[in-house]
Amino acid sequence: MSKQLTIRTMPQEDMLTSGHGACGGCGLSTAVNNVLRVLGPDTIVYAPASCFLVFSAQYPISALKVPFIYSAFENTGAVISGISAGLRRQGKASYVVGFAGDGGTFDIGLQALSGAAERNDDVLYVCVDNEAYMNTGTQRSGSTPFGAWTTTTPVGKVIQGKRQHKKDLMSVIAAQEVPYAATLSIAHPGDFLRKVEKAKGKRGFRFLHIMTPCTSGWKTEPSATYELARLAVETGMWTLYEIEDGAKRITYRPKEMVPVENYLKMQGRFKHMSKEDIETLQKWICKKWKMHYEPDMVSPVPRSEEEELSMVEEDNEGI
Amino acid sequence: MKVKVLSGDHAVAHAVKLCKVDVIPTYPITPQTLIIEKISDFIFDGEFDATFMHADSEHSAMSMAVGASATGVRTFTATASQGLALMHEMLYVAPQTRLPIVMANVNRSLGAGSGIWAEYNDSMPERESGWMQVYVEDCQEAMDAIIQAYRVAEDHRVMLPMMVCLDAFVLSHTVEKVLVPEQSEVDAFLPRFRPMNYLDTSNPKFINIAVSPAHSMEMRYQMDHLMRGVAPFIDEVDEEFSKMFGRRYGGVIEEYRMEDADYALMTLGTATSTARVAVDELRAEGRKVGLIKLRFMRPFPHERLRRALEHVKAFGVFDRSISMNGFGPVFTEARNSLYGTGVPVTDHIAGIGGRDLTVQMFKEMFQRIEDSVKGGGRDCYWHGLRGEQI
Repeated sequence: MSKQLTIRTMPQEDMLTSGHGACGGCGLSTAVNNVLRVLGPDTIVYAPASCFLVFSAQYPISALKVPFIYSAFENTGAVISGISAGLRRQGKASYVVGFAGDGGTFDIGLQALSGAAERNDDVLYVCVDNEAYMNTGTQRSGSTPFGAWTTTTPVGKVIQGKRQHKKDLMSVIAAQEVPYAATLSIAHPGDFLRKVEKAKGKRGFRFLHIMTPCTSGWKTEPSATYELARLAVETGMWTLYEIEDGAKRITYRPKEMVPVENYLKMQGRFKHMSKEDIETLQKWICKKWKMHYEPDMVSPVPRSEEEELSMVEEDNEGI
Repeated sequence: MKVKVLSGDHAVAHAVKLCKVDVIPTYPITPQTLIIEKISDFIFDGEFDATFMHADSEHSAMSMAVGASATGVRTFTATASQGLALMHEMLYVAPQTRLPIVMANVNRSLGAGSGIWAEYNDSMPERESGWMQVYVEDCQEAMDAIIQAYRVAEDHRVMLPMMVCLDAFVLSHTVEKVLVPEQSEVDAFLPRFRPMNYLDTSNPKFINIAVSPAHSMEMRYQMDHLMRGVAPFIDEVDEEFSKMFGRRYGGVIEEYRMEDADYALMTLGTATSTARVAVDELRAEGRKVGLIKLRFMRPFPHERLRRALEHVKAFGVFDRSISMNGFGPVFTEARNSLYGTGVPVTDHIAGIGGRDLTVQMFKEMFQRIEDSVKGGGRDCYWHGLRGEQI
């Protein structure tokens, strides 16, 4: 690795070829394609049951130029560990990457993911996060944000949308002290490529968490995918950082926080949200924002709810 | 050849070492634990050069085995009961991906009303998965079956995973004299694994991808066709094994005193040893009884069984598991084998949940089998129930 990769200098050879079956504006296909471009042809791919499996590999054709295997939903962490062990046993150094969705990572696959991280197996685990079970038709996952409509958190007469906040998966990964973990956005390609390259250059367990907007599940226009990915970062719904050997580093800090409403109003999945619910989500974001961007301000002792609220108000004044 | 005193579990561990297995994902479960403990001793002491993997569950252990085997290395794991049930989903992946993984399953009862003792209700439901299944009788056979399993599984005409099943505690924790072959003998019998399709970036292939109805039915048909044709390879490998090691097991079934038998019983696992004594004692009384030891549940030896039973007047099947509808799974298979022959077949359920099996119990089974020619009896009997049989 001599020069840092940019979109101009990055490898141009596609490992995920055109003609695959992803929806127009699919954030996931862009993420997978760019990760594989950087990893190159000496890579073995595992996919659990997911959109990625369905749109890239249907017998007897496939859109991938690299070896590929699928087996089940909850075992990405375990299968890639097995592949890596088999390769290392034969003295082969190929990269082993698993691309799992948020359901296969946050929920059903968390145990196998945690096992691979704890053993520090020599694999790259990529979570392509579109915030619901999109392949099965948009059901709630542990990654779905507060208030969002899904088919299992419908906009009902009594309850509207998901009532819990998104699981902080990166903290779970970070707590396992892995060599490298990072969050990525397809709207920040320079940052994206640098992190994939960094993960590629390391050994042991590496985790990349990529936000991948989904046109069908988010009920958005295909042309809005990048703007949504960008706004997610600007609003604080998504934070770009990396954790390298225990040290956390913010890799992009928005100049100022954009109100989350700007992000929500572009998406059909949030269009029902009440003023109160938007406020609840905004408060959660403000807390997260503080945690990420102003770590010195995080009090070591728990604050009272009153103090918490006053701090949030201060934050809001600054917007 | 060395003579050692080994438990069934330790015999399996020694066999895995002799087979020079490359990758061993593991998860502990009673009564399989002695297998992976012994293997970890071998590896951690530097006596055995293999990659030992600590899985986070049995589902992950089988997932790791699938991943490793798909790269073209020899792979082993072990489980029992609840662990096998947790693997259920991944069990189906191995055969349909044509991965010749070998796994020891220490048969143990499963589920509520659970215990840790011998019963086949864990592995019998998995006979639909596409794994070959061999049930062993003693510690020597536990060791030999692992060596034979790799030879059969990795044959390019087969390429299917095999489950080596041994009875909880009766075998797993009981020590016996075992003849341990020399490494050079095993090397001569078991060549290095030559994978056919594997994950290799110099020759990219797709392994196990989504299949539409336009192709999946043919794939299932081919799997079924393959399993039906595997029995002769097993017989062939057993024959070659006997030339090298001087021990033979009969391939898919072994016949004992069947030459002129009028009444026959089929057993599997450690029950066979007890049933042999019953046969010998009944023969001493002049009764013309014989025994068939069922080794393979998959492929099920329909043809060999039909041939072996050509001259019998009645036949009985021992089952150490129950299908909750009146019959045990071995009986159901065996009656299929004999369909149309007119030979009366009775089911004899015993030893459930690790209940002791006695010589007397097998004598009672033979009595029921003899009585069945007269008609009027039931076709399923439970033996050794406490209190009166209903």
